[in-house]
Amino acid sequence: MRLIALFCLLLAVNGHSLASSLGESLYQKNCIACHGADGKGGVGVPLALDSFQAQASDRFLRNTIKFGREGRVMPAFKSLSEDELNALVGYIRTFSSATPPTYSQKPIKGDAKLGAQLYAKNCAACHGAEGLGGKGTGVTFSRPRDLPIIAPALNNAGFLKSASDAMIQKTLQQGRKGTPMVSFLKHGMSKQDINDIVAYIRSFEKNQQRNEIAKDEPYYLEAESSMNLEETVASLKQAIVGKNYRLIRTQNFDNGLVKETQEDKKKVVVYFCNFKLLNEALTVDPRVGLFLPCRLTVVEHKGKVKIMAINPLHLSRFFNNDELNNLCKGMRETYEVIMEEATL
Amino acid sequence: MKLNRLKVFVLLAGLSLSTLVTAEEMFMTRTQQTFPEAMLALQAEIKSHGYKLSRVQRVDIGLTKSGYKTDKYRVVFFGKPDEIKWIADTYPEWIPYLPLKIAIFSEAQDTLLIASDPEKIFLTDDPKLKKVLARWKKDIGSLLNKMAELKE
Repeated sequence: MRLIALFCLLLAVNGHSLASSLGESLYQKNCIACHGADGKGGVGVPLALDSFQAQASDRFLRNTIKFGREGRVMPAFKSLSEDELNALVGYIRTFSSATPPTYSQKPIKGDAKLGAQLYAKNCAACHGAEGLGGKGTGVTFSRPRDLPIIAPALNNAGFLKSASDAMIQKTLQQGRKGTPMVSFLKHGMSKQDINDIVAYIRSFEKNQQRNEIAKDEPYYLEAESSMNLEETVASLKQAIVGKNYRLIRTQNFDNGLVKETQEDKKKVVVYFCNFKLLNEALTVDPRVGLFLPCRLTVVEHKGKVKIMAINPLHLSRFFNNDELNNLCKGMRETYEVIMEEATL
Repeated sequence: MKLNRLKVFVLLAGLSLSTLVTAEEMFMTRTQQTFPEAMLALQAEIKSHGYKLSRVQRVDIGLTKSGYKTDKYRVVFFGKPDEIKWIADTYPEWIPYLPLKIAIFSEAQDTLLIASDPEKIFLTDDPKLKKVLARWKKDIGSLLNKMAELKE
């Protein structure tokens, strides 16, 4: 009986505050790592920016969470219910006092061909010629903290499902204070010019570009060596240096886990690095530590000597970052070339 | 209306029991501790969860020495020696992904921590290996959850 009374008491608690707590809990669980506790951004965009909140409708935020941004780090939170999405959006709104806008979902009429010319002249420098967005992710390595945002990908299914024509139009007309996005009305464009650009951006829906990873991509790479383990390690080191990588460390696989006298000498790891490439990779995605450092392992197993490596593409598929996929394609090729040279 | 409140309450109760760590494709969490504090806390959490720390790769040191500007960035390697040995001997193809690792780097006053989801990385039908992977996943989630709860 007391339990029922307690339950009824809990139900009587203001519904709004429950939803707000739910939003906060969801934010802490799903968003805080990238967007920060106060929504000021980091790996993710700054949600607290007043000019962003004043232009982003609740529908835009809900769909952004639901569909994410394919290939641009922001994942799709498909498992969240409508109630959870609304609670989360409500919590995100607490970061700013800006009034949330509502937009008509009606398509805006414009000439996409004229819009393409205007886009090439005015937008492509930041958003990319194909609308794939600015390079890099996150404040830590890719941009200074006073630049709060990297130009978003407009040619992106998640963006196009989230932003209505009216929202894109308003952003072009007003610009976005605190970001490099300027008001194109103030820069001499007519309202019709802006509508033409909106029509061109909407036309991206018919020309979606992705750099996805094949489903049958193997999860590891290997090459068999005709030499013994010691000779293979020596040959591997030579091949690594020949590809302009710096050798960092050679150790038995279980070094640090077991006593030195008990280490398995039939599994040898060679760590190496190219710091220029590493710096580039961290700019593309600050989470790439999970690939680090570059490593090839020589294993003697059942009388055969093999060089083995992760397939960077197997790991990359969990990052939702098309730019990183490109780097990983290159890294996979590098691993294969080194392994081939070392086992010749 | 009452039903909606009940729904929200149930959702909230469910959430409070779940991990604070994002679990879409990988583990990622933020702690309000500075990098040195977070680094010490991470090593302690790894040990308290029964794992042995094998090595720390100082990514930022190599970058700085090569002339690149960077925040603090390390990769912490860890594992349970008997489990790592068993997998390496039974499934040598998984050796390149072992031991386990967590990337830790500073972001202004906070520190971010990232780990792969072992059940997504290691693809297997072996029930014994699946059991190990499920425990690794639970332990990584738990230790990162502890890190998320730390205050400055």
